[in-house]
Amino acid sequence: MTATIPLPVRGGCTDLPIAPASNATQLPVLKERGQREVFCGLTGIVWLHRKMQDAFFMVVGSRTCAHLVQSAAGVMIFAEPRFGTAILGERDLAGLADANDELDRCVEQLLARRPDIATLFLVGSCPSEVIKLDLSRAAERLNERFFPRVRILNYSGSGIETTFTQGEDTCLKSMVPHLPASTSTTPELLVVGTLADVVEDQFTRLFRELGIGPVHFFPPRRARELPPIGPNTRLLLAQPFVSETVRALQARGATLLSSPYPFGVQGTNAWLRAAASAFGVPESRVIEVTRAPAERASKALARFRERLAGKRLFFFPDSQLELPLARFMHHECGMELVEVGTPYLDRLLMEAELPLLPGTITLSEGQDVEKQLDRCRAARPDLTVCGLGLANPLEAEGLRTKWAIELVFSPIHGYDQAADLAELFARPLERSSRLTV
Amino acid sequence: MQLTLWTYEGPPHVGAMRIATSMEGVHYVLHAPQGDTYADLLFTMIERRDRRPPVTYTTFQARDLGGDTAELVKTCVRDAYERFKPQAMLVGESCTAELIQDQPGSLAQGMGIPIPIVNLELPAYSKKENWGASETFYHLVRTLLLPQVPAPGTTREPRPGDRRPRANLLGGTLLGFRNRDDVKEVTRLLHALGVDVHVTAPAGATPELLQRIPEADFNICLYPEVADTTCRWLERSFRMPTVRTVPIGIGATRDFILEVGRVAGIDVQPFLDRERIGQATMDSSQSLLPWYSRSVDATYLTGKRVFVFGDATHVKAAARIAAEELGFTIVGLGTYSREYARDIRELGAKYGVEPVITDDYLDVEQAVADAAPELVLGTQMERHIAKRLGVPCAVISSPIHVQDVPARYSPQMGFEGANVIFDTWVHPLMMGLEEHLLQMFREDFEFGDGAAPSHLASVHGGAPAGASATAAVVAPVDEAFERPEPASIVAEITEPDLPVIVPTTPAMTSAAAVVSATWLPDAERELKKIPFFVRGKAKRNTEKYAIEHGLDRITVDTLYEAKAHYAR
Repeated sequence: MTATIPLPVRGGCTDLPIAPASNATQLPVLKERGQREVFCGLTGIVWLHRKMQDAFFMVVGSRTCAHLVQSAAGVMIFAEPRFGTAILGERDLAGLADANDELDRCVEQLLARRPDIATLFLVGSCPSEVIKLDLSRAAERLNERFFPRVRILNYSGSGIETTFTQGEDTCLKSMVPHLPASTSTTPELLVVGTLADVVEDQFTRLFRELGIGPVHFFPPRRARELPPIGPNTRLLLAQPFVSETVRALQARGATLLSSPYPFGVQGTNAWLRAAASAFGVPESRVIEVTRAPAERASKALARFRERLAGKRLFFFPDSQLELPLARFMHHECGMELVEVGTPYLDRLLMEAELPLLPGTITLSEGQDVEKQLDRCRAARPDLTVCGLGLANPLEAEGLRTKWAIELVFSPIHGYDQAADLAELFARPLERSSRLTV
Repeated sequence: MQLTLWTYEGPPHVGAMRIATSMEGVHYVLHAPQGDTYADLLFTMIERRDRRPPVTYTTFQARDLGGDTAELVKTCVRDAYERFKPQAMLVGESCTAELIQDQPGSLAQGMGIPIPIVNLELPAYSKKENWGASETFYHLVRTLLLPQVPAPGTTREPRPGDRRPRANLLGGTLLGFRNRDDVKEVTRLLHALGVDVHVTAPAGATPELLQRIPEADFNICLYPEVADTTCRWLERSFRMPTVRTVPIGIGATRDFILEVGRVAGIDVQPFLDRERIGQATMDSSQSLLPWYSRSVDATYLTGKRVFVFGDATHVKAAARIAAEELGFTIVGLGTYSREYARDIRELGAKYGVEPVITDDYLDVEQAVADAAPELVLGTQMERHIAKRLGVPCAVISSPIHVQDVPARYSPQMGFEGANVIFDTWVHPLMMGLEEHLLQMFREDFEFGDGAAPSHLASVHGGAPAGASATAAVVAPVDEAFERPEPASIVAEITEPDLPVIVPTTPAMTSAAAVVSATWLPDAERELKKIPFFVRGKAKRNTEKYAIEHGLDRITVDTLYEAKAHYAR
């Protein structure tokens, strides 16, 4: 792991400040425990199943789990989606041997019906963990029967273990032991964290122009096409919630490139430079390749900066994207940060982001939703980023809100999405300025 | 263990949340892990509630499990009481907490909190949402009214002659189908009959109000799935009679009025005199449904094949309306409410169809495909099924979507409800004259199979039954991920997925099953002249006929012989 923050050497308005705005690494963290208005890790299935189209996600849980995934996703568009729930019944609770047999039966039934499935994830839930239904042994047992036609993996998406986007982390981590060993003697880049395909393609083009390669993405578009991993693998993180996965990849010899996340022009600049410096790409080449898209993005961004500058922003904890997004909204859109809440703070993954946050903010970790609502009401920010359970109630109290979940489901990374990202924040303000009723 | 793709009902604690959130002055402490707060957004998003549900989640984590989760319950109960100052509290657990057996309800009851505390024990591994709502309502009412229960054998005081009869309206909740407007409509109707509505619950009630339930003369069970248990207890304990007819549809509304008259001891005949049964004109009824249904434009509704699925109450009502008030033919019906399986079996027998009693979405889809209906009356789930099969659909029951909570007044109950139903069900179908034109000019390229009613450009989307697989294949697979709708719970994503298993349409089932009968070109051309919505059925019947009669080739004659055979 490298400890250097690959801050740009070039000055100018499109770069992150060379001297950190504050020493926010030492910023006090308000740690809270209490009611959390956050999804559990099962929700990750909603985007993971779209990303890996040859995979099926089978939650082993309760009716609540099934109801959660369907309500959170609202994706009732497929009669046969690539996810489902093996709902535990009273009989399963009575005897564990039976529960294992029942699980095997459900998997058989599914695989018979869906011969297209190449990878099956057994996803643990709160009830399956509390009754200690061992899904890793189940996966082992089932692999003996179904591998290589189907690879069966398991991970936990339970609310007692994971919060919202951590479900992606535990999913990816479950794939790490199966990544083929890389035989490469020169550096390879592995981008970690789900990106929308369109964004992945944009980054692929930029890396190619920079002469960086080979480049792999994790998760891959097909769960069967696993990227190689080895001592020459350099990890560049696209999502700030892949903590455990990064550590597992490091254990397989990979090196983490520390960088801010690719949100906004500055974030994307710094992110690409982190890769460039690891691959010995000269700065002149980086400028050459990134100038046009960066300028285009800055121009597009300017329009929203007008609407957003000086407005006060409050983040409830949700997707773990809060810190990098707050940094972007502050540095590139001129917003004032009131409170930045995050479900948990992983200092390794936030190493390059923390110093970029202003020292005046409240940085909170975890949640006691009632107390946080009290703080939010007292601060009366211009815009509050929160989950869907809180948005309408806060709107009714006269606060403008931005649904956090949209930030997870939308393509927001990279140059060409920088303005889209700002627009998501500007829209509620724009809307409120239009309405007269 | 049951493999489930979609569920019709949530877990029972969501039912309890529906009761708590429908009322004022009630707070629900739910022993539950992180993630269970998802249920809040059913209310804040689908119902667009401007307040958070009055629910405190204990949010225990794995690291708490070895320690004192019971203490966590107590802290939450105490904090919630102090912060929200409710008049009554519900304390219960979700599926995971049930496994760790902290008995949160009993714990809370032992804390000396000076309000009624209802201990909710809702078995999450065997029961579901509506049952949870029903139990919660019953236990809340019972806890609050127990001190008032008269000694056994006490007779009820007769209503003083100078006081109008009073009724309680029981069963309306949030997330119930159009409950908000139904309560208003029934209140209006009762008022016109000379009956005062005393307590409306759970929707709009407080614990204080619930304590006044016995002051009314009788109860009206608007939604048995939620209120039947409570009404039965009130009958036993307070000798309060119950009006059980659910007034959805003209016939049921008239029956309801008669029952109210009987139970309240008032003469409703003058009110019903306007209802000139069997002689519809524009003012023969307080609803336009009877006349609209008899107007010549509605002739085209005759025998329309409908499939009805939903909760028991709405399925029973819809079947009666469909058959008796719109002249449809019921080709399939069913419910996910297993508690009412017997009623629905009787209903199936009445209409001569095998009822589908299941909460397995794939079974329902198969049943709809097999029945080849021209209209599906169902829940949001059937709306998706119908969309895939290219069949028009109207939603008649929960589970609901944000679309089913319209801004405008749109009840299902009472005379106005019948008007709303006429419009809602008929709208997705072809307009009368338009359909005749389509039939007459169906050879014309402009009136091809793909032609949808002109007022509904998107209903068929050029993908009639049997063609949905094709439509799905050409749609970009990644669209939902790359161009997501904002928070999909409220915004419909319409991009179909790429189904690897092609949906089994009637035509395809037969194509797979029949190997010996081949369609000759003439017969195939003739088949295409049959309207697309019955073509699958015609094809299947013809092939079945051919096999049964040992014919290996299907000619135009075979087609018509089969048609005559199955027409019986």
